[in-house]
Amino acid sequence: MKKGWLKKGALVVGVLMAIFFSLVPFLLFVSSAFKTQTQVTAIPPQLWPSFDIDFFRSAIVRYDILGYLVNSIVVAGSTTLVTILLGTLAGYALARLPRPWAHFSLMLILACAMFPQIAIVGPVWQLLRWLGWLNTYQGLVLPYVALTLPLTVWILALFFREMPEELEAAALVDGCSRIEALVKVIVPLSAPGLFTAAILTFIYAWNEFFLALLIVTDPARQTMPVGIALFQGEHTVPWGEIAAASLITTAPLVVLVLLFQQRIVTGLSAGAIKG
Amino acid sequence: MASLNLDGVSRRFGNVTALSDVSLHVDDGEFCVLLGPSGCGKSTLLQIVAGLDRQDKGSVLLDGKVVDELAPRERDVAMVFQSYALYPHMTVSQNLGFGLRMRGIAEQKIQHKVQETARLLGIEHLLARKPRQLSGGQRQRVAMGRALVRRPRLFLLDEPLSNLDAQLRINVRLELKRLHRQINTTTIYVTHDQVEAMTLGDKVVVMRQGRVHQIGTPAMIYDQPADTFVASFVGSPMMNLFEGEVIREGKYLRFRCDDFSVDVRKLPKDLMGKTVEIGVRPEDIEFRTNQEANLSARVEMLSNAGAEKYVHARLGRKPITVRASKDATYSAGQVISLFIHPDKLHVFHEGQRI
Repeated sequence: MKKGWLKKGALVVGVLMAIFFSLVPFLLFVSSAFKTQTQVTAIPPQLWPSFDIDFFRSAIVRYDILGYLVNSIVVAGSTTLVTILLGTLAGYALARLPRPWAHFSLMLILACAMFPQIAIVGPVWQLLRWLGWLNTYQGLVLPYVALTLPLTVWILALFFREMPEELEAAALVDGCSRIEALVKVIVPLSAPGLFTAAILTFIYAWNEFFLALLIVTDPARQTMPVGIALFQGEHTVPWGEIAAASLITTAPLVVLVLLFQQRIVTGLSAGAIKG
Repeated sequence: MASLNLDGVSRRFGNVTALSDVSLHVDDGEFCVLLGPSGCGKSTLLQIVAGLDRQDKGSVLLDGKVVDELAPRERDVAMVFQSYALYPHMTVSQNLGFGLRMRGIAEQKIQHKVQETARLLGIEHLLARKPRQLSGGQRQRVAMGRALVRRPRLFLLDEPLSNLDAQLRINVRLELKRLHRQINTTTIYVTHDQVEAMTLGDKVVVMRQGRVHQIGTPAMIYDQPADTFVASFVGSPMMNLFEGEVIREGKYLRFRCDDFSVDVRKLPKDLMGKTVEIGVRPEDIEFRTNQEANLSARVEMLSNAGAEKYVHARLGRKPITVRASKDATYSAGQVISLFIHPDKLHVFHEGQRI
């Protein structure tokens, strides 16, 4: 009995410590965002903020953070849509292809995902210049789709493979074409897999910094991470505004994950076959 | 409704021959059962008829027209799957109406047909439920309904009862038979259960390893099995089979093996001296008094089937099963006298019925 308690206690302490360590930097930023200019630079530092929203106002008005937010939403949203669309088609095909072929293709796709970004950034930049897509939304969406597709195809192929083939057969006999069977039967049942892939893609595109910094130099098209990084002037680091902007960047992700958590967890396919 | 013809259909998966030159005719409105052990190719055959799989050789004809090039949806067949394959994200009503909706039928008409079919199957009260809220028997009914609602030309059933418990299976079997009488759609029914095959089929096709062994009415399959496989596969307990040779004894031909010999009378003379197999069903062996009997066996054990008993005995070293009345009492080691009428014997030479 006693030992069980000890074990449980250790587990709880471990989990709490993990949460604490990963949240501390973020919490410090939350605290900074709600401080006043004097509080931010106060020595010794104050932990508890005064819940002032001056920094948010200044981030929005002076640094036009909402412009960056719109850019991020457009880029990450488009990336997610295109990736999920292509990933669904590719994943379904690979899920139903004879095993050896599917396996080979999946390995090839995985290999493509292994290139370090620094190795491809030069060619990507040149290609985009040739296309005339530097400083455009599509100039970011295209490489993001290419980089997020492998993982998406993997997730979806494995997910579709678990779907009983008799369900598709039933749909085909009921009058569907292949694509209709995919759209009307397989996709609705794969919602958890689709949401998982979509969220991972969205997070990637939302947070991506390196390519965004190089491809888009026009502030009117820059995304949040780049925008925030360029807040600092020659002599100043506006900590408060950076903290506020970071909060604004993080909020949509947190909301998204919380919203779809239910859908990701729900096992929709229960009851398809004999129970 | 339609008649179905299979013309030399073959299918291979790599090195495995799933179907080998299968030809078959099913009349309009007929109930045809494909019977065979698992892996005999019967399900593959059904998939090919549905258009879900493609044969390597041969043709499928519906109403005399080749349909090989048609997609499943263009063949207008309906199928009930072993797993039922209900759409989990749709209600029963949506499941039933899906095929009609895909064919662009007016919503009002769909509702009407769904109601009508639900009434026919007694599932009206379930229409608003999702499949996971149904019992196994109810799911089975919905799967049937989804196929019935379209009034297809052909009704394909792939072991539809194998996921039901024993009592339910018997009820649904009877109901299926009644349903078929009522709607009279041409039906292909796949099963490995000989009782289902015998009770449901107008025509039974016995298959093994991708080959058709016999096509006939249930009575023909049972009374005149075409070969030793059909003889041993159909019937429970299975037919007693013995290998031996044909000899002449006076006017008559006799079958003789190491352990016993019996009269076989009507046999072509050229089988003299040849190795044959004879078969006799447990219910065709009679208990007689010593003088009338032509065989004697030693009882090993008795098994009770409720309405009757089966005596498992040895003819010399060979096992034999004999049906006895329900109140028969025999004890192990007891010697019993048996009589087999020559007319009740099935004789096979090189596996084929003589």
